[in-house]
Amino acid sequence: MKIRSFDDLKQYKKSLYGNKKTAKYTVLVGMATCGVASGANTTMTAFEETVNELGLKNVTLKRTGCIGYCFLEPIAEVIDEQGNSTIYTKVDKAKVAEIVSSHLQNGKPLTEGVIKPDMQRINLAEVKPIQKRQLRVALRNCGVIDPESLDDYIKYDGYMALAKCLFELTPNGVIEIIKRSGLRGRGGGGFSTGLKWSFVAKENAPVKNIICNADEGDPGAFMDRSILEGDPNSILEAMAIAGYATGAAHGYIYIRAEYPMAVKRLKIAIAQATEMGLLGDNIMGTDFSFDIQIKLGAGAFVCGEETALIHSIEGKRGEPKMKPPYPAKRGLWGEPTCVNNVETYANICPIIIKGDQWFNSMGTTKSPGTKVFALAGKINNVGLVEVPMGITLREMIYDVGGGIVDGKAFKAIQTGGPSGGVIPYTMLDTPIEYDSLVAMGSMMGSGGMIVMDEDDCMVNIAKFYLEFSVEESCGRCTPCRIGNKRLFEILEKITNGNGTMDDIRKLKELGRVIKDTALCGLGQTSPNPVLSTLHFFEDEYIAHVVDRTCPAKTCSSLIRYFIMPDKCIGCTLCARVCPVSCIDGERKALHSIRQHECIKCGACMDACKSNAIVKR
Amino acid sequence: MIDVTINNITVSVPEGTTILEAAEKAQVHIPTLCHLNMPNVRYVNKCSSCRICMVEVEGRANLVPACATEVTQAMVVKTSTPRAMSARKIVLELLLSDHPADCLCCPKNTRCELQSLAYELGVREIAYKGEQSIYPPDVTSCSFIRDLNKCIMCRRCETVCNNVQTVGVYSAVDRGFDAVVNSAFGRPIIESPCTFCGQCVSVCPTAALTEVNHTRKVLEALNDPDKYVVVQTAPAIRVALGEEFGLDAGTIVTGKMVAALKQMGFDKVLDTDFAADLTVMEEAAEFIDRVKNGGRLPILTSCCPAWVKFFEHQFPDLLDIPSTCKSPHEMMGAIIKTYVAEKIGIPAEKIYVVSVMPCLAKKYEAARPELVNDEMDNVDAVITTRELAEMIRESGINFLELQDEEFDHPIGQSSGASVIFGTTGGVIEATLRTACEWLTGKPLNKIEFHELRGLSGIREAELEIAGMEFRIGIANGLGNTRTLLEKIRNGEVHYDAIEIMACPGGCINGGGQPAHHNNWGILEKRSRALYAEDQRKPLRKSHENPSIIQLYKEYLGEPNSEKAHALLHTYYQKRELV
Repeated sequence: MKIRSFDDLKQYKKSLYGNKKTAKYTVLVGMATCGVASGANTTMTAFEETVNELGLKNVTLKRTGCIGYCFLEPIAEVIDEQGNSTIYTKVDKAKVAEIVSSHLQNGKPLTEGVIKPDMQRINLAEVKPIQKRQLRVALRNCGVIDPESLDDYIKYDGYMALAKCLFELTPNGVIEIIKRSGLRGRGGGGFSTGLKWSFVAKENAPVKNIICNADEGDPGAFMDRSILEGDPNSILEAMAIAGYATGAAHGYIYIRAEYPMAVKRLKIAIAQATEMGLLGDNIMGTDFSFDIQIKLGAGAFVCGEETALIHSIEGKRGEPKMKPPYPAKRGLWGEPTCVNNVETYANICPIIIKGDQWFNSMGTTKSPGTKVFALAGKINNVGLVEVPMGITLREMIYDVGGGIVDGKAFKAIQTGGPSGGVIPYTMLDTPIEYDSLVAMGSMMGSGGMIVMDEDDCMVNIAKFYLEFSVEESCGRCTPCRIGNKRLFEILEKITNGNGTMDDIRKLKELGRVIKDTALCGLGQTSPNPVLSTLHFFEDEYIAHVVDRTCPAKTCSSLIRYFIMPDKCIGCTLCARVCPVSCIDGERKALHSIRQHECIKCGACMDACKSNAIVKR
Repeated sequence: MIDVTINNITVSVPEGTTILEAAEKAQVHIPTLCHLNMPNVRYVNKCSSCRICMVEVEGRANLVPACATEVTQAMVVKTSTPRAMSARKIVLELLLSDHPADCLCCPKNTRCELQSLAYELGVREIAYKGEQSIYPPDVTSCSFIRDLNKCIMCRRCETVCNNVQTVGVYSAVDRGFDAVVNSAFGRPIIESPCTFCGQCVSVCPTAALTEVNHTRKVLEALNDPDKYVVVQTAPAIRVALGEEFGLDAGTIVTGKMVAALKQMGFDKVLDTDFAADLTVMEEAAEFIDRVKNGGRLPILTSCCPAWVKFFEHQFPDLLDIPSTCKSPHEMMGAIIKTYVAEKIGIPAEKIYVVSVMPCLAKKYEAARPELVNDEMDNVDAVITTRELAEMIRESGINFLELQDEEFDHPIGQSSGASVIFGTTGGVIEATLRTACEWLTGKPLNKIEFHELRGLSGIREAELEIAGMEFRIGIANGLGNTRTLLEKIRNGEVHYDAIEIMACPGGCINGGGQPAHHNNWGILEKRSRALYAEDQRKPLRKSHENPSIIQLYKEYLGEPNSEKAHALLHTYYQKRELV
C-alpha cells in the first residue's frame, strides 16, 4: 500500500500492532557486521533449527543491529511478554541449545554469560528521565528493530518525524528547531547543523542536493556503519527532512564499498520506503518529492572530506578543493549542497519529535545531546557506547569502558583518529565536548577513542597515525604530500634511535607549517598526533634521542632482550621458539641471547614460563 | 566595490577579485608557482596546490592562498610577515626536497620557474631531506619528453589539456607522496590520444615537460660532408625569435634569422611561406572543386598536425571533410626533394630537410609514416623557435648585430597571404584571396578580410562571392574546435569552410614558441607583426607568386593534378581514444 496522508501513516502503524498476536518470547540476534563476523549467522541458524525442530510456536526470531558490546558477540536478547530482557553473550550453538531448553521451554533464564548494560534507549513517543550512564539517541533502534523491515521501523514511530515536518511545520520551522536544538555536526568539525541547513535553504537555486557522508574512515571508528546496519531508515527519513527544510529534492548517500551489509540494508530500505510512498515522488500525498541514490566510495580516506566527496560523486578524482565557496553555496554539480554525517542525521528525527528543548537538556551548553564513541585499544569493553556530551574521560574509561585491560596504568587516550591528538592521564577529569577537545590539541573527530596504557610508546603512536595520513593524503598540496612524508621520516629516524634534538625542533616547525598551509582539513590536522604527543610527552621524545631508550619499551631499535641469570632454569623453550636461532644454552644451564642477531620479536619473552626474559 | 588593505595599502576592487589580483593593484608582489591566469582563453589554473602564495589574513586561523582566495569587505592582508615568509620558504624547500637538483644540465636551466623562485625566496639549504620520487622518463613521443621526477604537481598541464584543449590526456594519479600527473593507466604518451600540440610544455614551470631536442641531430647533419642541408622557416618564427634575444614581442627578424642560418652553415635557407602559397593553391582548388561538384562541405584546413591527430581520435566519422593537403612544411619538403633537387642538381638522397617550426606537433608529424615520397621522409628534422635560438647562442652568433639577408632561391619568393598562416584566421584569409578571384574571375577590390581577424576562440563571417553566400568559420584552441565540430556533427550549423588551429591564437602561440608568461599582449603583438609583414609585401595573393606559377608550369601542371596529389596531399586514419 501507499501512504497518502498523515492519518494513513498513523493507521498503518496501528495496524502493525493490531494484526499480529505477540509471541511469548522474542529472540533478537545481533546481526551487524560485528555479530556476523563473530558467528551470528550460525547462532541464528541454530535458533531457527532448534525452534522448528521442537515446534515452539510461542517464539519470534528477529535479526537486529548491534547493541554495542562488540567484544561479546554473538549476542542474543530474549524478551518475554512482560518486556523483561535477558541479554546472552558469546552465544554459540551449544549456548543456543541451553537457552532454548532452559529459558524458552521452561521459563528459566540462564544466569551465566548474561550482561545487564547500564544503558537506556530513548523512546520517540514518551519522555523519560535519564537514569542510566549510557543514553541511546542516535543508536535508539540499533539492536531493537529488524533493519530490513520498514514495518518494524514504523512500529517504533518511523517516518512520524517526516510526517510532522510535512504536515505541521514549514521548512523554516524545521530549520529553527534544529538550530535551537544546538545539534553540531557529528562527523568531526562540529559545525551547527541548523546553521548549515539555513545556508542551503537561503540559496536561490532550482536544484539543491542533500548528501549523507557515510565514508567513515578513521581507524577504529565504526558508529556510522553500526547505525546504517541497524537502523537504515532513520537516515533516509532524516535526509528527506533535510531536503524538505532546505528545498532539495535529491539525496545521495556516499558510502564506502567496504560496508557491503550497510549498502545492502540501505538498498532494501530505499526500495521499501519508495514502495510505501515515504520516499520518491509526492511523499505521503504532499507535493514534496525526494529521491535517494547510493554512491559507493572506493575507500579513500580523503573522500570523507566534503569537497573531495563531492568530486568523487561527480566522477572526478577524489581530492579536496579550496573553501570557500562552501558546498552550501556551490556543491555537487555546482549546486547548493548540504553534507551531513550519518550520526548527525540519526539525531534529527528525535529532535523533531521530542523538541529542541529536550535535546539541549542533554549534554553541555555548547555541545548538547549525546555522542557515540567507539572504544578500542587497551580497554575492557571494546565497542560502541553512546553517552551524553560532557562526560569526563575518567567516567568514560573506568565506568562505561570497564577500565584498562589487565589493570595496567592508563597513559593516554587518542581521540579524533589521524586528525586528532592524545589526551594524557593528567587530564582524566576533563569533560568530553567539541571545544574542550580542541583546546587540548585534539578533536572530536567521528568519535573514535583508542585507549593506551603504560606499554604504548607515544612516539610510535604518533608515527602510526602519521603513516596513515601519509598514505591517505590525496597528494594535491605540497605540505601534505611532501611535508607529512618528511615528518614521518623524522619520526622513523627517532624511533630507530638515530634522532637528534634538532629533529624534535624540526617536528615542531614542520608540523606548525603543515597545519598553517595545507589545503584541506585532512592536511591541516594531520600533524596533530605529532604535535599533541610532543606537547604532553616531550620527555618521551627526548628519551629516544638523548638517552636512546624507549620508555615504553616498544621501539625495537631501542630495546634489548636479556635473560636473567637468577631466573633462567635452562628449559630451552626460548631457544626453540627463537625464529632466528640466536639463543644459546645447554639444558638446565643459563641461556643467553646473541644481541647482534636478535630481531627483537619478543617470542622468547612470551614463551618463557619462568619470567626470566626482560626487555630494557 | 570592495575595499581591501594589503600591507597597509588600501585598494578598491570589484567583487570576485582574488587577493593576488588586488595585491597587483596595490603593487605588492606575492610569489606564486602553480597559479596561471590566461583570461583570454578563459583559462585560470586556480588549483592552489603549491601553497607558495600563502598570506596572512586578519581573523583567519590559517594562512590562505592569495591566488584562490577572494577578497571580502574590509579584509586586512599581510603578505610579508615572518610567519608567511617562513611558511613559504619551508613549503618551497619541501618541493625542492623531492626534486632532482641537476639544474646545471637541465633543459630549463635559467628558465625554470622553480629555480627562479628558489632564488627569489633566498633558499640556501634544504632543511627537510628525505626520499625522492623516481620515475623513468617517458621518451616515447617524437614531440616532448615527460620527466615526472621534475613534476611539482602544479597541475597546469592537466588544466590546459583537459579544460582548454579538451583532449584529457593527463590526470593526477596515485596518492600521497606517490601522487603525480600521468596519462591513463600510466601508459606511454604515444599510446594516448595526445595531439602533441605542446600547450602543456608551454605552461610547465619546470623541466617535467620539455621538447624532444633535435639540435644535436641538426648539428650532426651540418657536420656531415655528404649531406646537403636545407632549412625552412615557418611564418610564425620571424615574429617571435627576437624575444629570445631580448627584443620586443612582435619584432620582425626575418633578415637576421636568415643571416644566422646561413652563418650556421645551412646549404640553403628557404621560406616555408612559399609552401604556404602552394597550400593555398591546392586548398583553394579543392574548395572550388567541392563547391562546383557538390562535394561535402565544410572543407576544413589541414595545416595543423595537432588538429589532424585530434580529429583522427575524436571525430573519426568526419575524416572525409578536412582538406587532403599536407601541411606547408611537408609540401615544402616534398618539393625540395624533387623539383628543387632537380633544379640544383643534387640527388634527393643527399638532401637533409630541417624545418624550423613554432610547433611540437610538427616533430611528430615529420615522423608520420605516410608523409614520404620515393621512400624518403619529406622532412628529416624539426626544431622549434626555442631550439633555433639555442643553436644560435651555441654558435656564438651575435644575433642582434647581424645584417639582414634574403632567403635563397629558386623557391624563395612568397606572398603576403602566406605570412599570415602563422596566426588564427590567416590560412582561411589567404585561401579566400585566391578562391574569390578564381570564382569571380576578377581581381579583389579589398584584399584584407578584417572580419576574419582577431584572437577570440571561435569566429565566423558570411561572405558573398560571385553571387554565392559563403559561411566561414574559424576556431583556435582544440576546446573551441570541439564545440564547433560537435555543432557540425549534430547538424546545428552549416559552414562552407573552416580554419582550425590547435593552439589558442594559432601558431604564434605554438608549443615551440618562446614563453609568453601568461601575457596575451605578447601574442597580440606577434599577430599584428604578421599582418604588418603581409601589408609590406608587394605580392599579397598566393596565385600571383611567380615562383608558384613557375612551379606549376615546369613541374606540377595544375593544382590538384595527379602529380600534385602524389606530392602534396595525404590521407587520414581513424585512431582509438584508449
